[in-house]
Amino acid sequence: MSELAAHGTHPPGFAHQFETVGQQREAGRLGMWVFLVTEILFFGGMFASYTIYRALHYESFVTGSHLLEVKFGATNTYVLICSSLTMALAIRSAQTGKRKGQIILWLILTMIFGALFLGLKLRFEWYRDYVDGIVPGINWAYNGPHAPGVQMFMCFYFFMTGLHALHMVAGLGVLTVLVIMTARNKFSPEYYAPLEISGLYWHFVDIVWIFLFALLYLIGGRYPGS
Amino acid sequence: MSEHTEQGGNAGHVVPVSTYVLVFFALMAGTALTTGVAYIDLGRWNTVVALAIAVTKMMLVVLFFMHAKYATGLTRIVILAGFFWLGIMITLSCSDELTRTWEIVPKGWNVIVPFVSRLF
Amino acid sequence: MSTAQAVPAESSVNYLNANYGIKSWLLTFDHKRIGLLYLASITLMFFVGGVPAVLMRLHLIEPQGALFEPETYNKLFSTHGIIMVFFFLVPSIPATLGNFLIPLMIGARDVAFPKLNLMSWYLFIIGALFALYATLSGGVDTGWTFYPPYSSSYSQTHVVAVALGVFIAGFSSILTGLNFIVTIHKMRAPGLTWFRLPLFIWAMYATSLIFVLGTPVIAVTLLLLGAERILHVGIFDPAVGGDPLLFQHLFWFYSHPAVYIMILPGMGVVSELVTAFSRKKIFGYSFVAFSSLSIAVISFVVWGHHMFVTGQSVYAGLVFSVLSFLVAIPSAIKVFNWTATLYRGSISYEAPMLYALGFIGLFTIGGLTGLFLASLATDVHLNGTYFIVAHFHYVMVGGAVMAYLGGIHYWWPKITGRLYPDLWARIAAAIIFIGFNLTFFPQFVLGYLGMPRRYAVYPAEFQVLNVMSSAGASILGIGYLIPLIYLTWSMRYGPVASSNPWRAKGLEWTIPSPPPTENFTEIPIVTEEAYNYPVAEPRKYPSAPGVARV
Repeated sequence: MSELAAHGTHPPGFAHQFETVGQQREAGRLGMWVFLVTEILFFGGMFASYTIYRALHYESFVTGSHLLEVKFGATNTYVLICSSLTMALAIRSAQTGKRKGQIILWLILTMIFGALFLGLKLRFEWYRDYVDGIVPGINWAYNGPHAPGVQMFMCFYFFMTGLHALHMVAGLGVLTVLVIMTARNKFSPEYYAPLEISGLYWHFVDIVWIFLFALLYLIGGRYPGS
Repeated sequence: MSEHTEQGGNAGHVVPVSTYVLVFFALMAGTALTTGVAYIDLGRWNTVVALAIAVTKMMLVVLFFMHAKYATGLTRIVILAGFFWLGIMITLSCSDELTRTWEIVPKGWNVIVPFVSRLF
Repeated sequence: MSTAQAVPAESSVNYLNANYGIKSWLLTFDHKRIGLLYLASITLMFFVGGVPAVLMRLHLIEPQGALFEPETYNKLFSTHGIIMVFFFLVPSIPATLGNFLIPLMIGARDVAFPKLNLMSWYLFIIGALFALYATLSGGVDTGWTFYPPYSSSYSQTHVVAVALGVFIAGFSSILTGLNFIVTIHKMRAPGLTWFRLPLFIWAMYATSLIFVLGTPVIAVTLLLLGAERILHVGIFDPAVGGDPLLFQHLFWFYSHPAVYIMILPGMGVVSELVTAFSRKKIFGYSFVAFSSLSIAVISFVVWGHHMFVTGQSVYAGLVFSVLSFLVAIPSAIKVFNWTATLYRGSISYEAPMLYALGFIGLFTIGGLTGLFLASLATDVHLNGTYFIVAHFHYVMVGGAVMAYLGGIHYWWPKITGRLYPDLWARIAAAIIFIGFNLTFFPQFVLGYLGMPRRYAVYPAEFQVLNVMSSAGASILGIGYLIPLIYLTWSMRYGPVASSNPWRAKGLEWTIPSPPPTENFTEIPIVTEEAYNYPVAEPRKYPSAPGVARV
């Protein structure tokens, strides 16, 4: 029976095109998973291109990869994993009816980790790459071996991490909205769908980075002689 | 404790904090491992190991942080479909890009395969 | 099944008169109003895209070209393709009929995400505005296919603006597809199992799968192309080890399934029309349902057939050729099933049925000629000629556009609460059919004889066929204008329609015409199969729909 008939009033956040809260919840989750599939294909176009060129220009890609510093890539990976934990805990706090202050705390921590990721990337990777002259199209002054292929690799590096960073920025925007909604008492154990759905998005962006780190920074290994 | 409402559909399985923390440490360990292994000479296997660790980390995030372990069958089909289609795109594109220099020979199939072996 | 409610539309509150004012339309969340917003925009884009086509056909009546410089001609065919593909065909049936009908057919009050639905329309409009701006500023001359290195390095036209427009419109379709998938999975009325759904819903579901899986790839590809054009470095430029063919792979990974986005909804409409106008349930329901899904899936593994002569590996060509033959099978199954449905049906020839019958014939021709192109050896000869142009116009215009018109006519009474004049509709359908065949059949011959496509001039011996084609195009153009006139006329002056003027089966026909905003006062409980027409029907019934009868 409809929510209206069952309760006489609509539960918070209930949307009228649905018959029950359960239906709305399932629809929201399915919708976000379908959206994440579109994101898999969106990033996937670049992953596919990367796979092909890496196969065809392996030496160049190894050379290019060695221009990146593993310590920054690894640190950023640790940072994002922390942010995924805090995001999961934020959702759990809402699920278990904790005070809104606690939910907001976890959300803000997630945002801090996200901002830290972007800050580290901008300051210690991209800015330094710009100064070193290995940003294709903007400041390219590379004189080492396999120059054309290294330029190709750096194109991929900037396109892929750039697109990823844009998704992080969007995620920070979403988190800001969630903090405001939490402060306004919108969430409860019965209704926390926006948190859950945003969490799915945030974790997805983390997963993309996990693969970017492995594929961009660690090609061909970092052992002596690689 | 898990909560289920009478409207059907999964109201949201509550995962214990301990599970989250365990997964967190597993992810951190995996990152340390993959970074460390990169400094060891395994030849072609470096890439295989790095990808295997990345896939494992992804599975942990998907199953536990994204609650796929507690989700419906439809959700799992959706996730698999996404990766399957990505696979189609990569495989069939590679079927062209990596076989361009294969030579057509009139008999026998002694084909020169210069680039495929360097995929790893 | 609930009984038909024969309440005249005028006396009740419906979705059209529930709210007045421009804000109530531009800020609506009602899927039916959003469907109408799309109908207006898409009709506009159809005529905008048609103008370059008319100009091209006029230009081609002379072997040396009658009107334009070759550079201008290049811009005409590019604009025609881009507008027609991305801003008319891809959204046409899904965004108009799909948005309007899906909730009605499944017994829901709206789609799953009404706000996303409105956002989809705004994204479409913004994308269209970018494309129109670019067109009015001089257009692009790259073809709708945007191949680099011409588009990335050499063309002096507004490639980035157009690519941006297509990119934004792409997100419109992604969100529409997402909305439909969730709606169909989660919001069906009680008792409405998957195998009781109308086949239009199966077709829309399959289309939505393609929207969601394919469109993101062209989005990222256009992004990469734009970046290459702006930064002068990129991944498609051979000078830095890039491969222009990689662009083609990524482009066609979407654009081939896109053609099935264009035809699958049309096939869904035809299933509805054929059953309604032969008053008979569909032959082989599950085969038709599964064929829609098969087409959607197989469509993703055949894209290389657009690249047989580009320098693609022969081995890849072999694989793509075999798979392309495979994709013809589910389409053929549909044609067989429609034909078997017609057999011994109680057939009447109102305009929607004329369009459906036209579809079956013309789509069959278009589809069969696709097999010529799937075959590697013949494709070498036919690729880049007018044979291809004829092939895709047969399926896209003779197929998709005719199905679109058939659907618009069939559901017009439901959408507007008015009947259109069927005599004029049949005349227009006949003119369109004749004009279409006169335009495009000669192009098969031209292609076979070797006339290249996208050329502003041609050898003199091809002139007769070109003039025939241009004459046909004029007739076709007039044919398309006629429905515009009488459909608009009918909105104010047409006879008021009952809730089920065609006496057809389907949940959408059980509610008033036009429907109330909330669609159903009570969500129905479904107990019947789809198309549950009684087996013994009188052979004839009065051919004026809507006239009161028993």
